[in-house]
Amino acid sequence: MIVTPRLRALVRKEFLQILRDPSALAIAFVLPVFLLFLFGYGVSLDAHHLPVAVVVEQPTQETNEFVAGLSQSTYFQPQVYTQLAAARKALMQHQVQGILWLRSDFTRALWQQRSAPLGILVNGVDANTARLLQGYLQGVWQTWIQQQALRTGQVLRLPVTLQNRIWFNPALRSRNYLVPGLIAVIMTLIGALLTALVVAREWERGTMEALMATPASLLELLLGKLIPYFLLGMGGMALSVLMALVLFAVPLQGSLVLLMLASALFLLVALGMGLLISTVARNQFVAGQIAIIVTFLPAFILSGFIFDIGSMPEPIQILTHLVAARYFVTLLQCLFLAGNVPAVLLTNAGALLLMALLFFGLTWRHSRKRLD
Amino acid sequence: MDTASSAALELVACSKRFQRAGQPVWALKAVTVHVARGRVTGLLGPDGAGKTTLMRLAASLLHPDQGEVRVLGLNSRTQGAQIHQQIGYMPQRFGLYEELTVQENLDLYAALQGLDRTQQRLRQEELLTLTALGPFGARRAGQLSGGMKQKLGLACALLRAPALLLLDEPTVGVDPISRRELWHIILGLRQQGLSVLVSTAYLDEAERCDDLLLLHEGRLLTQAPHPVMTAPLQGCCFRVTHPEQSRRALQAQLRQRMGVLDATIQADGVRVVCQEPRALTQPPEQWTLVAPRFEDAFVARLTQAQRSASTSSVHPAPSAPVSNPLAPQPAFSPEVVIEVQALVRRFGAFEAVKGISFTVLRGQIFGLLGANGAGKTTTFHMLCGLLSPTSGTLRVAGEPLGRAAAQVRQHLGYVSQKFSLYGHLSVQQNLAFFSSLYGLRGPQKKARMRWALEEFELAPFAQANSQDLPLGYKQRLALACALMHEPLILFLDEPTSGVDPLARREFWNRINQLADAGVTVMITTHFMEEAEYCDQLVLMSLGEILAQGTPHSVRALAARPDQEHLSMEEAFITLIQQHESPLRRAS
Repeated sequence: MIVTPRLRALVRKEFLQILRDPSALAIAFVLPVFLLFLFGYGVSLDAHHLPVAVVVEQPTQETNEFVAGLSQSTYFQPQVYTQLAAARKALMQHQVQGILWLRSDFTRALWQQRSAPLGILVNGVDANTARLLQGYLQGVWQTWIQQQALRTGQVLRLPVTLQNRIWFNPALRSRNYLVPGLIAVIMTLIGALLTALVVAREWERGTMEALMATPASLLELLLGKLIPYFLLGMGGMALSVLMALVLFAVPLQGSLVLLMLASALFLLVALGMGLLISTVARNQFVAGQIAIIVTFLPAFILSGFIFDIGSMPEPIQILTHLVAARYFVTLLQCLFLAGNVPAVLLTNAGALLLMALLFFGLTWRHSRKRLD
Repeated sequence: MDTASSAALELVACSKRFQRAGQPVWALKAVTVHVARGRVTGLLGPDGAGKTTLMRLAASLLHPDQGEVRVLGLNSRTQGAQIHQQIGYMPQRFGLYEELTVQENLDLYAALQGLDRTQQRLRQEELLTLTALGPFGARRAGQLSGGMKQKLGLACALLRAPALLLLDEPTVGVDPISRRELWHIILGLRQQGLSVLVSTAYLDEAERCDDLLLLHEGRLLTQAPHPVMTAPLQGCCFRVTHPEQSRRALQAQLRQRMGVLDATIQADGVRVVCQEPRALTQPPEQWTLVAPRFEDAFVARLTQAQRSASTSSVHPAPSAPVSNPLAPQPAFSPEVVIEVQALVRRFGAFEAVKGISFTVLRGQIFGLLGANGAGKTTTFHMLCGLLSPTSGTLRVAGEPLGRAAAQVRQHLGYVSQKFSLYGHLSVQQNLAFFSSLYGLRGPQKKARMRWALEEFELAPFAQANSQDLPLGYKQRLALACALMHEPLILFLDEPTSGVDPLARREFWNRINQLADAGVTVMITTHFMEEAEYCDQLVLMSLGEILAQGTPHSVRALAARPDQEHLSMEEAFITLIQQHESPLRRAS
């Protein structure tokens, strides 16, 4: 690296600006912490204490046991009704998410070994919760039947016996994959959005014009932006990893060094995008709009961070290959939850490397030490 | 040094084109310029004349589409890096980092220009002394006044003692005192052999330059030293006084008179430029011969340039008589329209306006003058009901503002500095929008719109988007929009900054006619010569009123016994310095 006094002065200037400008500090440190808290505590894709109505048309010892079993589960908050109509009303009013209907012949049917006499009604408006609820309720039902069988020594007939094994995230905590994925979003914010904004600010305030009229070279000017925001981005990522491990107790299966390397690589892509945007957008409003639309939103929606890419329509799936964050989210989830899997790490890192080269190549081609 | 490099800057048949709204616009058209070494060359012209483009060509920040630029003998297209080693360039907003302190800004630019430690220390000391910024080293650039920013920007451009110094409008938005200080520094640099190219929209600054380049609409009108430019007008310039008539009436008469090129209010009389070197006296007027100024030459040139260019639609002869835009009310009682008493406005701990009082009578042109940060804009905003006073009373159009703000605003027209037009709407649509905003409807609205298009000669542009209009026309449209509802009081915030002198003259004609029709006009301005058009003015400094009265009495207040014809600008500087110097030193 060519560390000239000029470059040193430019980097120093940038850091002074970051330290003294509340908005830059907010994007670099406050926003990541805010997002981590939001996704760590606020957004949960797990089912916890879901209110469900249990309609018991004819209470017996067995039904009481079943409801008691439900209450003990952390997944549900059962409310007992004696009539289906009342439960339906509660569902309509969003007081409960689903209805479990134990018909009057529940106990009899159970011992007569007929097929499952259990009705499940789920509010399908929130499809995600609905699916979860359905699965959980079936799981509870199965467990209960097995327990009954063990206790009474009778064999109860089940249609199929399922054996579930959940890999990589045994506790099924959505936090464990949301928090690592967030690191990609945070680094996109710092690398692309913040960088595009600060360059645009230099255009707006006329300082870029003054810089260009000095003997500083184009390379020095670009590195003068790249180095500070690279360090800032790595700082943001270290903060996020620390919070993930300590505060949210996300396990890290893979190596920390590989995690750092992968992040550094992705940060270069993000910075490349930020600088490329800043060659076109010379005011902060436009720069912010472009950065949010082409970098931040895709990192949020199309990266597989929240929404599973596999369940997207085919054309959208193809589109996600253009989203750098997609590769990084895969890398992050692999390193955090699965460990060092060479096949996954190499292909995704390779894709990031190509994108970094592409964006820097384009930036270099489009940058000139001129105003037009 | 070979002969080819004897010029500091040479442009040979340079043209530069930009795309605006998909259409090519020529910023410069075949401009050939020769800037000599060791001289101060002024680049003059109204906004949009191409001054900034020329500056950027000279700084090798733009390349010409046609022609060639040689800076200190170097080709701007191929030797940009060497050029950047040898020039100092201060862009329009000074190129300072607001978050950095004065010292940090200097350190940054010193490093960028490749100074080593000892050079840096010596040079910075020298420059801090020169600019008197020494005590402010630890202050952030964003917290400096306009004048101090300008000096810091200059110091940053001077760190490596450049061979050519390029200053792009260094005095815009800077008060007269700071302007004077800057020129003092520039002229000192010339003695050290520095070549300086400085662009400005202030015509009076031309008199301080050795050479002048006159740009208009992308073309070079003339290049000549100042005396050469004014020589043809020798004997054509007069100061006219009339024992009975008001200056405004006299000016209105004189500008209609055959053979008169220009008539402006100046001091206690009217300054007249004639086509022929002879007085056109009509008794009992008194005509006194005066020396031509650069502005006289400039206006004469512009008039000629426009007459020769057959596209005369740009500026119709400014003498076209304008009918009364409002119902004529020839005689009206001198009622009080605006009354301000002990008005105070605080922003946190900062007292922007410190208990000022004044009254404005109907039909007066009332000027609010002051340096940056004097509290003019704050006062203005309170008068329009945009800002509520901390304490004090404020009566506008007979109503206490505040409770009845909305009603009172029905009687106000407001033209802001930026003209507040909708750029993507046509002239017609802007007029329609503003008349609806003021509650005009049906035939009344139609009539007012027809009036505006005719009165302001906007009919040919009715369908054009307002952003594509020349600046002078934007100003007319903004004024028309503010007059749609026939307001009793018109507020004008720096309405003439940047427009060319002809448009400015035309603008003042309209204002004078409005005042004669009984409209009260409140105006803020940077141009001290425009203060002469006011009936009454208030000179503000640091939130207080320094002087109040007619232009004549304000000038008299500042004049020493030996000064007979003090200009408004000189009076302004004297009064402000007397008031601020203890405070400036203390800060």
